[in-house]
Amino acid sequence: MTNLMEIAFFAAGAVAVIATVLAITRLVAVHALLYLIVSLLAVAVVFYTMGAPLVAALEVIIYAGAIVVLFVFVVMMLNLGTAARETESQWLAGRAWIVPVILSALLLAEMIYLIVRSPVPGDTSGVMAPKQVGLALYGPYLLGVELASMLLLGALVGACHLGRTSPARSEVRK
Amino acid sequence: MNGVPMAYGLILAGILFALGLAGLLLRRNLLLILVSIEIMLNGAGVAFVAAGSRWGQPDGQVMFLFILAAAAAEVSVGLALLLTYFHRRQTLDADSMNEMRG
Repeated sequence: MTNLMEIAFFAAGAVAVIATVLAITRLVAVHALLYLIVSLLAVAVVFYTMGAPLVAALEVIIYAGAIVVLFVFVVMMLNLGTAARETESQWLAGRAWIVPVILSALLLAEMIYLIVRSPVPGDTSGVMAPKQVGLALYGPYLLGVELASMLLLGALVGACHLGRTSPARSEVRK
Repeated sequence: MNGVPMAYGLILAGILFALGLAGLLLRRNLLLILVSIEIMLNGAGVAFVAAGSRWGQPDGQVMFLFILAAAAAEVSVGLALLLTYFHRRQTLDADSMNEMRG
């Protein structure tokens, strides 16, 4: 059982990392989004192997199902066309790569060094049933749930306000 | 039942976070910058779930749900801003925003 879970973890983790690398390097936005979906699904499998089935389901439903669909709709509304690919390859050309990759690699090396130097013993073995998560969510974290609902309401109002096309704004567009 | 060691989960979270950071610094397309922020939030969520699972407490998963709510709110407002900006300027170049006098 241990081996099975570890193999599933490593396979899903490798898929997640490869898909993420592809997602941040694609020239066409839709291709990047498709690789992002693959990455999110792989992370959902990782959550399952860590004993978090509820979070794995929510990762698929909300991240891959709702948030990425929002991105896809925006790409459809922007209607970028083939010229966007050339612009994107100009933006990504040449030496733009070097500094971000070096900085991120340094940060990653530091984090891995700290984790490896003083490892936390133990396995992610505790399988949390959805019931326990729900009891914690609506027990000690009830205030957090209320605050999250207020945050989402604020985001809803903000998105409605920004997305509205008023006559005055159409004037500005010309 | 024995699961995966916690250090592996944390290292995966670190890798995902660093990849998101590299994408954030690398891309000039506003849409892909938002995607990179999503990747970074997802990496943070992996760290929370790994830690919560290691100590057998549901708190890590609860925190992941809050990250999910924050990510949804951030994406909806960010994409609305992006659409407004694109309608005005017909570009997604982040560098073209240096004309704002603020």
